[in-house]
Amino acid sequence: MQGAAARFLAALIELLSSMRFAVSLLTMLAIASVIGAVVQQNEPANAYLNQFGQFWEPVFARMGLYTVYGSNWFLAILAFLVLSTTLCIIHQSVPMLREMRGFREHAREASLRLFARHANFAPALPPAARRGAVTAYLAGAGFRFRVNEREDGVLVAARQGAAGRIGYFLAHAAIVLICVGGLLDGNLPLALQIRLGGKVPTSGDQPVARIPASARLDPDTWSYHGNLYIPEGGSADFAVLGANDGILLQSLPFKVALKRFRIDYYASGMPRRYASDLVITDNDSGESFERTIEVNKPLEYRGVTLFQSGFDDGGSILRFALRDLVPSRRPPHPLDGEVGARLPLAGMGYDYTLEITGFRPINVENVAPPSDDEPFGGFFGGARPQTSENLRNLGPVFTFKLRDAAGQAREFNNYMLPLEIEGRKYLVSGVRASQSEAFHYLRIPLDGDAADTWFAIRQIFFDPERHAALARRFTERSLDAADEITLRDRLRETAENTLALFARGGLEAISDFIEKTEFTDRSATEEDRQHVGAAFIQILQGLVWDAWMSAREAAGQTALETSDGHAPFIRDTLLALADSIRYGAPLYLQLTGYKHRQATILQAARAPGKPLVYTGSFLLALGVFAMLYIRERRLFVLLKDDEALVAMSSNRKTIDTDETFAHHCAGLAAALGTASAGPEESP
Amino acid sequence: MKLASSPPSPSAPLAVRETETAPPMPSARKEWLKRRDFGDWFYALALLAAASVAFLRYGEAMDGYDTAILALHVPILAALGWAWRPFRLFAAAVAALSLAGIWLYQGDLARAEQIFFLKYLFSSQTAIAWMSAFFFIATGAYWIGLLARSGFAGRTGSVLTWAAAVMGATGLFVRWYESWLLGPEIGHIPISNLYEVFVLFSLFTALLYLFYEGRYGTRKLGAFALLVISVSVAFLLWYAFTRGAHQIQPLVPALQSYWMKIHVPANFVGYGGFALAAMAGVAYLPGLQKLFAGRLPAPEVLEDVMYKAIAIGFAFFTIATILGALWAAEAWGRYWSWDPKETFALIVWLNYAVWLHLRLTRGVRGTMLAWWAIAGLLVTTFAFLGVNLFLSGLHSYGSL
Ligand code: HEM
Repeated sequence: MQGAAARFLAALIELLSSMRFAVSLLTMLAIASVIGAVVQQNEPANAYLNQFGQFWEPVFARMGLYTVYGSNWFLAILAFLVLSTTLCIIHQSVPMLREMRGFREHAREASLRLFARHANFAPALPPAARRGAVTAYLAGAGFRFRVNEREDGVLVAARQGAAGRIGYFLAHAAIVLICVGGLLDGNLPLALQIRLGGKVPTSGDQPVARIPASARLDPDTWSYHGNLYIPEGGSADFAVLGANDGILLQSLPFKVALKRFRIDYYASGMPRRYASDLVITDNDSGESFERTIEVNKPLEYRGVTLFQSGFDDGGSILRFALRDLVPSRRPPHPLDGEVGARLPLAGMGYDYTLEITGFRPINVENVAPPSDDEPFGGFFGGARPQTSENLRNLGPVFTFKLRDAAGQAREFNNYMLPLEIEGRKYLVSGVRASQSEAFHYLRIPLDGDAADTWFAIRQIFFDPERHAALARRFTERSLDAADEITLRDRLRETAENTLALFARGGLEAISDFIEKTEFTDRSATEEDRQHVGAAFIQILQGLVWDAWMSAREAAGQTALETSDGHAPFIRDTLLALADSIRYGAPLYLQLTGYKHRQATILQAARAPGKPLVYTGSFLLALGVFAMLYIRERRLFVLLKDDEALVAMSSNRKTIDTDETFAHHCAGLAAALGTASAGPEESP
Repeated sequence: MKLASSPPSPSAPLAVRETETAPPMPSARKEWLKRRDFGDWFYALALLAAASVAFLRYGEAMDGYDTAILALHVPILAALGWAWRPFRLFAAAVAALSLAGIWLYQGDLARAEQIFFLKYLFSSQTAIAWMSAFFFIATGAYWIGLLARSGFAGRTGSVLTWAAAVMGATGLFVRWYESWLLGPEIGHIPISNLYEVFVLFSLFTALLYLFYEGRYGTRKLGAFALLVISVSVAFLLWYAFTRGAHQIQPLVPALQSYWMKIHVPANFVGYGGFALAAMAGVAYLPGLQKLFAGRLPAPEVLEDVMYKAIAIGFAFFTIATILGALWAAEAWGRYWSWDPKETFALIVWLNYAVWLHLRLTRGVRGTMLAWWAIAGLLVTTFAFLGVNLFLSGLHSYGSL
């Protein structure tokens, strides 16, 4: 019984430390890693739902495919690798050490003759001198050797390159070191804190003050890796760790305050440098010091390393002009808000809340596709960049959401400065109903440099109470008093209806109308449609003009001469009016000023396993080179009275072993006075 | 004198080889020093002189790292040239052409279009175009040499491959200088985007191949080795023409690190080795051996090339991955964050660790190793390209 158990154990160890097991382990590890690389890790649950669907998502979740590298089975593979490598080292150590020290000076002649590489020749030197000649040669060639005088002759057993074996120990011990160090720094400690330490992650969106002690980790946590968000002038003494869909607060042994966050740009407008000017204050000693950290230039203090990982808005103050898009006669209304704030707009008579979500003072965009006028995009010659000319700074941009009473929100993306498009200036505002859509852009044409004009026109155009007056004005201008009443009335009606239609559904509404009423009979040709359509457009443009003029009068400005010069503005205005119907907001927010305030996003990491991993890595590199490039060679020279027998063995089968053998044969033959021609050349 | 050295065939190419390319045998340290000829010492002195001049002229602009790296170049390049004599000439040619190119610029990038020699030879893009052309022709020459058993074609192949390597290296060095001409803030070593590293890859693979060509005294492998290079050059040209990838762009902050300068080249020695091993593997396959009856190198030689190439590839890839971890620790705050690129580096590394162990396991035959090496190249290619194409990650550069 005893024996059986022992034998089983021995067999098990044999298996675990076997090369085949190593091979299969490494292969499994590789395959596991592939999974982890192909399936995006640590995504929010619903992302996986979309990706894999109702059925598979939970299955994969159970298999731990979303956190492969933290999953038990992956850790199990690593554990096996450690175990197996360790056993392998132990298992190999005894024979290897023997190999390294021993010379095998008792090898029998018969077995030497069975070596794959052996040669023999008749030494010319007198027997007395041979031994000395051989040992001299071997010493010269960098061999260590032992001489054994035996009845069948003198055997000189030599070896070199034993260090290769040391390489084996280094490299494989290194694997163990690295794995262990890696496990210490991985999320295993955190998982333990949660499982055993009674820590429970809470939801991320709640004020820090409200986060319970159960979700706070004390500074001496073994290892962690979390984020700090610090606005300019603000400070933080904790890092936020993500832990299964929730967060934990990791308190730090020091306080980090941000004086200033800086971005430097290349001439092209591409960011060149992110830097945070920090003040670190030690919690215990209370003393503090200043330090600037950058990408690739972290700061290490009290075992914690701080890295520049990102940036964000730190609550910039924005000043807006709020313009009504619903019928009203109010002038633009000033409004202040901080990025991140939620402002109820009830005060301005809107049943909406304004959520200011983001602000960027500099916004470099690629405004034109790369020019490919040169053949091969200018492949030849100096590799000068071309695309940078297309990058332009479009100035400040801010994003906000308008949430109605029902909680429905639309997202907007407004440019502060007018953008120049084909030589004409526009206020640009993007809108979308959901994160997944792209922004649809509303281009509001400027009259000269004034944005007011368009808004004034719009007020008139979309205000039913003013339609009658506008229509009348239009008719007056289009027809002179001579025309008879009925015609004028008809035109006025048409104008009024057109306005009503347009206000309801823009140009679509009008084309629908054309379809329904004008062309009830099938006879109508495409041409007729064109005509009628054009007529309506003409009426609308005319109405725009009159709305413009009456707006000017209201503002106490002089009327303008009708001229083609105004045509583009009229056209743009009409288009913008049509688009503005689908804008989906009762108001327009125009950025008039701002006070920029940035925030830096740092990462705080504690990785006590690092020294282990780094030493391991160093040993690994050393060991691998030793194993691969220090060739172990054993050379046996058996000197008999009429013959010299040379045999060589190596622990790796490579061609240069044969070559080395040939080389030494020649050398030894020469040393023993035999006229030597290297190895015979085979045909 | 009787000598039973089995198997006899592999030692044949070595035996006929002139000692010029004899391997540095640790067993012969003393002889190794004795074998140094005048050229070796002159070469070493030239290196020393070059480094000293560089230091005297630019020393005050260099920090500790720069100085250390500059100093290290002397022994490393010397050792390379001593162990592999043709490299001395290569180094000299590259130095001469690069300096010529830099000198012709006179600090003005516009001259790339005006000066004849810049326009048609030395400006980085032109040099790289020459490299591409030479590689393509060399591939053809090697194949003719292989099929028609023409020694001349084979020799032409190697000459052209050497020429291509020289032009490629020159192109990179001149490009480096051009990047500084674009602006002192923009200047950076040209191994920071996919286009540049493809040049690097072709260059390293070619040099590795040329080393083994001399080492084993056979040009027959060239036809296969140059195939990989040609493919990568083809990609490089496509990438440049369709995407304008050859334009020098400033470095994103994450790449402004000293580690890049050693991490990337180390990686590409690895990739080069793996690519070469795979092509040796292809030539090893019994099917091809039959097909090209007697035209291919002996299986033993190919097996050996495979091992040596994977060995050097693995060794350098190990270092590269470690350097990558050190860099990641600085840039991302963790030495290992299981980012797809990292993970695939690990996979590639494990794959070749497996290969090396397979080779040591009893009963694993060469054909299996050959197939494994070929599959290995596919994995490597994915790690090198596929990850950037299909998987998102922290590795900001080199996305197509
Ligand atoms: C990531 C893990 C590993 C790496 C990177 C690695 C690397 C290496 C390398 C480079 C060699 C030299 C191969 C050659 O000279 O051709 C080697 C040899 C060897 N490895 Fe591993 N190895 C690993 C895991 C293991 C494991 C788990 C075992 C045992 C269960 C093992 C057992 C051996 C043995 C016995 C040798 C031969 C040593 C000799 O004969 O000199 N290795 N290993």
